[in-house]
Amino acid sequence: MSQIHHVSLDQHQHQHQQQHQQAGQYNQICTRSSSGSCAEGPEPSCPAHRTRTPRRKWQVFPGRNRFYCGGRIMMARQTGVFYLTLVLILLTSGLFFTFDCPFLASNLTPAIPAVGGVLFVFVMGMLFRASFTDPGVLPRATPDEAADLERQIDSAGCSRPPPRTREVLINGQTVKLKYCFTCKIFRPPRASHCSLCDNCVERFDHHCPWVGNCVGRRNYRFFYLFILSLSFLTIFIFAFVITHVILRSNRTGFLSALKDSPASVLEVVVCFFSVWSIVGLSGFHTYLISSNQTTNEDIKGSWSTKRGKDNFNPYSYGNILTNCCAALCGPLPPSLIDRRGLIQSDTPQTVSQSNGTGGGSYASTQLHSHMCDQDQCIQSTKFVLQAAATPLLHADPVVLAPLPGKTVTMGGPCAYLAPSQPSLPSCGGDVLALRDAAADSHCHHHLHHHHHHHHHHFVSPEETPCGTPQGVLPCPAHLHLHPHLPVPSPAALYDPASQDALHEDSVRGLVKLSSV
Amino acid sequence: MAETHSLQDMRQQAAVAAKVFIQRDYTNGTVCQFQTKFPSEMETRIDKQQFEETVRTLNNLYAEAEKLGSQSYIEGCLACLTAYTVFLCMETHYEKVLKKIAKYIQEQNDKIYAPRGLLLTDPIERGLRVIEVTIFEDRSLTR
Repeated sequence: MSQIHHVSLDQHQHQHQQQHQQAGQYNQICTRSSSGSCAEGPEPSCPAHRTRTPRRKWQVFPGRNRFYCGGRIMMARQTGVFYLTLVLILLTSGLFFTFDCPFLASNLTPAIPAVGGVLFVFVMGMLFRASFTDPGVLPRATPDEAADLERQIDSAGCSRPPPRTREVLINGQTVKLKYCFTCKIFRPPRASHCSLCDNCVERFDHHCPWVGNCVGRRNYRFFYLFILSLSFLTIFIFAFVITHVILRSNRTGFLSALKDSPASVLEVVVCFFSVWSIVGLSGFHTYLISSNQTTNEDIKGSWSTKRGKDNFNPYSYGNILTNCCAALCGPLPPSLIDRRGLIQSDTPQTVSQSNGTGGGSYASTQLHSHMCDQDQCIQSTKFVLQAAATPLLHADPVVLAPLPGKTVTMGGPCAYLAPSQPSLPSCGGDVLALRDAAADSHCHHHLHHHHHHHHHHFVSPEETPCGTPQGVLPCPAHLHLHPHLPVPSPAALYDPASQDALHEDSVRGLVKLSSV
Repeated sequence: MAETHSLQDMRQQAAVAAKVFIQRDYTNGTVCQFQTKFPSEMETRIDKQQFEETVRTLNNLYAEAEKLGSQSYIEGCLACLTAYTVFLCMETHYEKVLKKIAKYIQEQNDKIYAPRGLLLTDPIERGLRVIEVTIFEDRSLTR
């Protein structure tokens, strides 16, 4: 969790940013490290960008996650059930400490609230740790990597669709590595793509709504300790609430005992139902840990002997103790997505810092291509405008032709940006508009009116789709869908017969764009 | 210092001719290892032995980071007992090794790769997926 080696660099760069912003035009970045003098001239940024405060990488993270506290906390998008978990635990424990503990402390021993308190604190700590930690998300491939992989895959296959799996021999067992279309990588073994969070996660166990996060390599031990300690806490509360009620009813009778402490009834009910599920879950995960499997693998039966006689788990260390130690006490890898790193504007190749902490330069070609993806998005927008601006046939038709077979998912990665504002256009938005090539019965006057409307509106097309108010770049995701697409390219949709329909639709798309 | 200077100049002047990606090697499981196979694009630039030596050293360093030994167990148990607050003060073993790796790559770049018009990118910047080797155009670089 500690991104120590970024801290000093962050501060230094931030200072530089502020200084140069006051100076004026260009975004001067000091590519050298903590040496005081930076004698570089103004570095021309992409002409589209004006100087703005440096953004952190979590703000442009392509997955469907939520970040809090400046990127330090990372959760899934749907957190409703997590709050339910919190409420249940806090409520039950609160009632226990308020109503049952005074009686028990005075009549039995004060150790009971003490032990209960320790358990409670441990449970909450583990819950927060499991919920807020990066589960082991794999960052998506840079455009260069993706292109290289595509080239390798295409050169291997011939006319039929090329294979998107690789076979690897691990400890004598054949394992298939699948290609992830969203992240553009071959997934490492045991990694899986979580559809809820839209990320590939290392050693993916499952997505837990109760915890509000995926459970993967980096937070599995916290998750396990959470459910283990929660089962102890539940059993503890259950047992002592029953003891409390019994002791009271010995003195005053059962019904009056219940009347004296009504909270106990609620606690018993909650604990009773929780015990079955949570203790069961703990037992299941204890089994998984001791055999070094993930929930994912167990459910799919990846290593069961039912698949084949020689099928075995290549990751198991052989004995239960080693498996447990490896899962719970093994080394904790740091987060691979540098959430709090600053996005440096395009320096073609960032120097790995001369003071030796190479980690500072997470910004590099990836970011350069980030910025230039944005640039390409701007270019493509300009082409769309040009296409719509000419009333008749245009020599270079509309750029945004969808890839075959991917039309349905087109809106997906771009749509993540604006879940609450469906009318907010992304670069994919107008593609969807183009796809609905239903002939419109609007008259041409209407269109012409739109034309003028657009010409005035689009003073600076750079400002529009890519600079969404949410501060997320749609374009890298958008362009991930079009890795081969040069700008421009002939549109598959471009059919002379439906010329006007296409034209109307592109204009409609531009109306959407202009509504930013 | 002269090497670092040429590294800077190279980046500012030279154009990128190609990028080679050394992929992960999963034959030992999920441990971070990279393939030692020598890519053909680099044949003209660098000695095969030299490159394989670099990758092998990197593999050893990553193996050290993920090693399950008494030290990692002690660190894990201590962390659990202190509710993981101990990592506010000290770095994990993994992070320490990552720093060592960064220093090693920097040193290799300065001494061996930059004079030959190559540049290694630290794999941590690519999510430990690949070692990215950038091949610069061979203009007036001295060998």
